[in-house]
Amino acid sequence: MAIHPPSNRLWWKEPIHGIELAWIVIAFLWGLFMFFFMIAWHFIGQQNLSNETYKIKPEVYAERVEAFAAEFQAVADDGTPLEEDGVPVVRPPVGGDAYILARLWEFWPILELKKGESYRIHLSSADWQHGFSLQPTNINISVHPGYEHIITLTPTESGSFGIVCNEFCGIGHHTMTGRIRIVD
Amino acid sequence: MTTIDQGALNGTRAGTSWRACRFSGLRIESSAEALIKVNAVAAVLFLALGGLMGLMVALTRWPAVQLLPAEWFYLVLTGHGANVLLFWIIFFEIAVLYFASAVILGSRLAAPKIAWFAFLLMVVGAVMANYAVLRGDSTVMFTSYPPMMASQWFYLSLIIFAVGALIAVFVFFATLVVAKNERTYDGSVPLVTFGAITAGIIAVFTLASGAIILIPTWLWSLGLITNIDTLMYKVVWWGMGHSSQQINVSAHVSIWYAIGAMVVGAKPLSEKVSRMAFFMYILFLQLASAHHILAEPGMSSSWKIVNTSYMMYLAVMGSMIHGLTVPGAIEAAQRRNGFTRGAFEWLTKAPWGNPAFAGMFLSLVMFGFIGGISGVVLGTEQLNVLMHNTIYVPGHFHGTVVAGTTLAFMAMTYLVVPLIFQRDILWPGLAKWQPFVFGIGAGGISLFMMGAGTLGVARRHWDMSLTDAAHAYEFPAAAYLMMGLNGISAIMAAVGGVMFIVIVVGSILAGPRLDQPGAKLTFPLHDKSREAVSEYGSHATLKLPGTLILVGIFFACFILYYFVNWKYLSELWLFN
Repeated sequence: MAIHPPSNRLWWKEPIHGIELAWIVIAFLWGLFMFFFMIAWHFIGQQNLSNETYKIKPEVYAERVEAFAAEFQAVADDGTPLEEDGVPVVRPPVGGDAYILARLWEFWPILELKKGESYRIHLSSADWQHGFSLQPTNINISVHPGYEHIITLTPTESGSFGIVCNEFCGIGHHTMTGRIRIVD
Repeated sequence: MTTIDQGALNGTRAGTSWRACRFSGLRIESSAEALIKVNAVAAVLFLALGGLMGLMVALTRWPAVQLLPAEWFYLVLTGHGANVLLFWIIFFEIAVLYFASAVILGSRLAAPKIAWFAFLLMVVGAVMANYAVLRGDSTVMFTSYPPMMASQWFYLSLIIFAVGALIAVFVFFATLVVAKNERTYDGSVPLVTFGAITAGIIAVFTLASGAIILIPTWLWSLGLITNIDTLMYKVVWWGMGHSSQQINVSAHVSIWYAIGAMVVGAKPLSEKVSRMAFFMYILFLQLASAHHILAEPGMSSSWKIVNTSYMMYLAVMGSMIHGLTVPGAIEAAQRRNGFTRGAFEWLTKAPWGNPAFAGMFLSLVMFGFIGGISGVVLGTEQLNVLMHNTIYVPGHFHGTVVAGTTLAFMAMTYLVVPLIFQRDILWPGLAKWQPFVFGIGAGGISLFMMGAGTLGVARRHWDMSLTDAAHAYEFPAAAYLMMGLNGISAIMAAVGGVMFIVIVVGSILAGPRLDQPGAKLTFPLHDKSREAVSEYGSHATLKLPGTLILVGIFFACFILYYFVNWKYLSELWLFN
């Protein structure tokens, strides 16, 4: 029994039963497949999280986001700056850099992107760790203070998308949201 | 039994007192017995506290109930994690380690005074952690990610607890040395002890990682260090946080084998294969820290792929092997016991009325199907982006730690009470139902949280309706339904948990005493008629059709679920 020493003292010399051996081989091959499939997806897939990251002081990052928002502030036809829920709407240039600042307790500003176009999205935090959870698409990325993470993102559908913070960041955590607008 | 009787001749030493168990034939030394008792009792008390906190968390996350205010919710959630994931589990594991060394090997416990000191440190740490959390200034979640800072007492309490646990693990190792030197057993250690050694080795790595990261973090909370790097913290902290769950896996797989042996007389199909599977854990399970870094900036894809897959899934292979050999050993034993009709008579006629067996088998099935499969999917580099930090993650680890480990530990307790506490189980009729009530509740919690996470619901979040948020976002109605069903499942699991605690505490305090001569055991500890008599190890005649069907179903589910998630991923926005 499993609670007694092996009855055969030379247990390591016993042959392995065919059923067990077959299952070991299957499990091993399945593991190899899953391992190489992750590598393969970097070549055949279009959803791979970028590793482009820079160290940055949180206050420097916050200043960059402010400058970015001021430069590309979207304006209405009558010339007034566009806002939603009191947060500026920003239209970054197609193919260009776009910044999102995570801070207690909002994702700032609101980006307006074009469907089918690529943008270099910069993500970092001004204070604590936050979680960038884009809904309902369900893309979830961690956001650290001091690390600027750059992701090349191409939206494939249009509409208004929510960002919900999914890393605990204090008592206001459940009020921390943001928005991305995708236009055709 | 002969080996243990031989040990009795050599193993006696002045200053130790012994008794022989009338039911199992095991020789039990008094200090080992006392330490197993206190560690098991402490474990159950922290399970009660942590379980109550868990129920409050689940009822708060049920949108129609939302029991606690936000501040209390985050506080209670922090306490829930520490009490069940650390204190319940590790106190019980220390009891398991002492059982698997001193009791199973028929040895005395090495250095009982040091073992008592370790226990004392663990109690001080656990009580201090609860004090720090309940004070209200350490609501940082169990993971305490910087730069959010808890009070110094929070970090200090975890360090004290970890040091105590580390000392206890070394008492376990020392006991193995004593048993070997005093020749209390013959040949190689039993498989259950081998599994416990695996758990012990992983525990050393885990507790060392905890010390490496928590000591500087404590100094930081005292103002002696100015900065803790957030990414470095996560990598090292999860060397404790995830690897400690691998202690659980090793411990509960050992318990599966032990219960199979004690209840139906199961022997490992092949000692070599089962031990190799444990060895895979020792070599590769520690890489799992990466499971929590897949959605982080700053680590390379090659680092992520190698680590998250436990080096080409070799540790997953270990678990898949146990997934065949544990039910296979039970089927083989049951067939020897005469249940040979069809593919499944061995299973349908298994001792389901014995909560030790029922809990063990439910734990095995749910750990594999719910916790295991979801864990591999969640730990795949690219797929992680679909569920990172959603409530899918707690769904996964309630499948492993609650439906898997906790249920297995509960099952083991039904054997520990008669064997170590020498008390018969009170209310065996109630005990019979307990694993099913708790197990179905725990399985429901896991599945419904995974379902809600697939729909994007965040973990550790007080208000999924986002009422006070600047920008409204409405989760689908199905997500609300899932969180409601999660609340109902949590109530069911809590009922099962209360049943467990009432039965165990009642039996320990007031169960019929079994230490008097002639006392009769009514609880079905081990049905003698089920005793497996023959040898089987590598029998050519061995047929395990039922196990093969179960394993086939498991593998089909695994492949299907794996590719369904790749399909979901391929439909996301493009990013690289």
